[in-house]
Amino acid sequence: MVATFIQRAVMQGIPLLFGSTGEIITEKSGNLNLGIPGIMYVGGISGVIGAFLYENSLATPEDANAFMAISIPLLCSMLGSLIMGLIYCFLTVTLRANQNVTGLAITTFGVGFGNFFGGSLIKLVDTDVPSIALTTTSNYFRTTLPFAESTGWFGKIFLSYGFLAYAAIIIALACAFFLNRTRGGLHLRAVGENPATADAAGINVERTKYLATCIGSVIAGFGGLYYVMDYANGVWSNDGFGDRGWLAIALVIFAIWKPSSGILGSILFGGLYIIYLFIPGLALRTQELFKMLPYVVTIIVLIFVSIRNKKENQGPQSLGLSYFREER
Amino acid sequence: MADVLALELKGITKTFGSVVANKNVDLKVKKGEILSILGENGSGKTTLMNMVSGIYYPDAGEIFVNGENVVISSPKDAFKYKIGMIHQHFKLVDVFTATQNIVLGIKDGTKFNIKSAEKKVKEITEKYGFIVDLNKKIYEMSVSEKQTVEIIKVLYRGADILILDEPTAVLTPQETRKLFDILRKMKADGKSIIIITHKLHEVLEISDRVTTLRKGEYVGTVETKDATEQSLTEMMMGERVELNITREEPKNPVERLVVDHLTVIKRDGTVALDNVEFNAYGGEILGVAGISGCGQKELLESIAGLQVTTKKSSILYKPDDLGPQQLVGKTPKEIRKLGVALSFVPEDRLGMGLVGNMDIIDNMMLRSYKSGRGSFLNRKQPKGLAEEVIENLEVVTPSATTPVRRLSGGNVQKVLVGREIASAPKVLMVAYPVRGLDINSSYTIYNLLAEQKRNGTAIIFVGEDLDVLLELCDRIMVINSGKITGIVDGRTATKEEIGLLMTKSVEREDKNEQ
Repeated sequence: MVATFIQRAVMQGIPLLFGSTGEIITEKSGNLNLGIPGIMYVGGISGVIGAFLYENSLATPEDANAFMAISIPLLCSMLGSLIMGLIYCFLTVTLRANQNVTGLAITTFGVGFGNFFGGSLIKLVDTDVPSIALTTTSNYFRTTLPFAESTGWFGKIFLSYGFLAYAAIIIALACAFFLNRTRGGLHLRAVGENPATADAAGINVERTKYLATCIGSVIAGFGGLYYVMDYANGVWSNDGFGDRGWLAIALVIFAIWKPSSGILGSILFGGLYIIYLFIPGLALRTQELFKMLPYVVTIIVLIFVSIRNKKENQGPQSLGLSYFREER
Repeated sequence: MADVLALELKGITKTFGSVVANKNVDLKVKKGEILSILGENGSGKTTLMNMVSGIYYPDAGEIFVNGENVVISSPKDAFKYKIGMIHQHFKLVDVFTATQNIVLGIKDGTKFNIKSAEKKVKEITEKYGFIVDLNKKIYEMSVSEKQTVEIIKVLYRGADILILDEPTAVLTPQETRKLFDILRKMKADGKSIIIITHKLHEVLEISDRVTTLRKGEYVGTVETKDATEQSLTEMMMGERVELNITREEPKNPVERLVVDHLTVIKRDGTVALDNVEFNAYGGEILGVAGISGCGQKELLESIAGLQVTTKKSSILYKPDDLGPQQLVGKTPKEIRKLGVALSFVPEDRLGMGLVGNMDIIDNMMLRSYKSGRGSFLNRKQPKGLAEEVIENLEVVTPSATTPVRRLSGGNVQKVLVGREIASAPKVLMVAYPVRGLDINSSYTIYNLLAEQKRNGTAIIFVGEDLDVLLELCDRIMVINSGKITGIVDGRTATKEEIGLLMTKSVEREDKNEQ
């Protein structure tokens, strides 16, 4: 029971971890990308489109080969979220549009984009159910280590996930290392804290913002891909991804902008998100109260961090502000 | 080699919109010398240096480094030519350590290794005798420590030309002395140093030559050994310009404000106002002169009730109909009700007092929204007021319902000042009301103030232009680093007299007391 709970919590947490890692990298450059929920949708649907086209090009499901089945959706997803990131950057960095408005527009657009193409694909296959199942490719995404079954609770908690789950943790750790231990990370943080300083120090502020935001978007897009191809067994249903994108942004604050804290935070959020399933005898309306828990925890963390008022635990100082060198 | 100049500027011009910040400026810096750039506020010193360090790009003119014509289009280019600038507002990342800030932005090809960087930084600190904890975070540092980090940062990049923008403005006398020792060591090391300042005694103490700018234009360069405080002030202030502003003798002035022991300590612990004492009379214009940021804003805000003052502070207001009123401790609303009005024109003009996206009527209502009954707004009366202001002050606007943001700067200021005057205050405080205005609009404002003076209002006028202060004000109070250094008669005072009061070191007096 406990092992199952932890396993489910981790699976819930992985999309959040992707989303928050991507958003942390983005925010470290001073871009408050509220488009992350939309970008995760696009990352998901782009992967689904790739997988759908690949599956339909096969004569029989047995023809599928592991490499193609994984790389096609993966590349499609990356391309989709990259384009979204570029749109956001072009609007906020080059044209210096308001970041909040742009982000919300990107989210609205991304969700609509996902639902539109999801709906179109459903029409194409002409099924009775309002969803689309990509079992063949999904199986490759969900392949676990062969000995996961035989190692009891240990295997269940640590080894029972598809490769993207491990990738999420590795990416988060790599980002933590990048931010704290490398020159590039130092420059990125400087841009988010004080772009004028970074500029005066000879760092290309615009390029840094573009790079960080686009890479962050791609990472966040993986969250959508993982959700459809692994967690949801390759079944796309419109609006199925739900509010996980916003939860990912809440997780950024919860993790106080530290990707490594995001790993445990994501599992905690995942657990809080599904805990209502494990508490017997809950009415439908009380379930909703339980789904609120991750946000409550975020608010508590915000209060706590504000009281402590330690500078390192605050978000980047210039978060949400556009930078223009000759401004006076 | 002595003939080759480290840095030479020829005909540099830079405009921001319609404002000319630098006009045809020439500058020469020799190798191994300390050059002071002297000038009043807004004379374009910082803008000029920002063009050398790549923050701004000149509209016209040429820059030569070591005799070579160069184009500096970004801070990176400036590093390439070994030019480093220490900005007045430090360019440091608060949450980084000193070392992290120092190595920021350097891509020297080697593996990123903060340890080896630290070693190199230590060499520099030992060479010039800096004392700084390299692992301390910037936000835990004092101003002087931050400045040290900035200087090391520039040296770490191998700069041969160092530009310091008002380096002593934030330092104590002891810290200043230490800084000057370090600058002399650098000079001995063959580096060229440009120091922007308006403290005359420092210019005389540290520099080899002095270049003066006035209103964005080059005035001249002199050897420091041939200069005196008097001669430098004359260069900086220029000839007195006759403006012919009508100034009447104050008619039976009555005491309106008695300010005593007014002290304001800012949140970061620095003293903004130090034991300020003065009186203001009805029917008189009291000018306030001083270098910007010397406490003018805090002074006006204290009187308007917007600043927290220390316990001993006292601002006594004496209206005709009531007994003396203590303004300290009253809310801004109560003070306004007593007839004390403040119109402050900040640098961006719209920041304080007006809402750019609202029209003139709505901006008039910002003062009167509390009057009237019920929750519905009564627009009739403010509409009348707006039309009155537009007519009387000749505000150029398509209509009273045009957003203020779309008016030209002068008209925005007329609206702001007009609104304050409309409430018929007993004490009117105006700060920089003619900032950025053309001659005609300025005169409209001067006439408005003169009219208020005739009506018996006590006017406190904070201005930048000494010519205007000398022609408009009955008395001129000079504020310098939060202290009043003198109150002079506007009819007999000279520019030099005020200039010296503005720039003389207040700290020097402290030192003698110690």
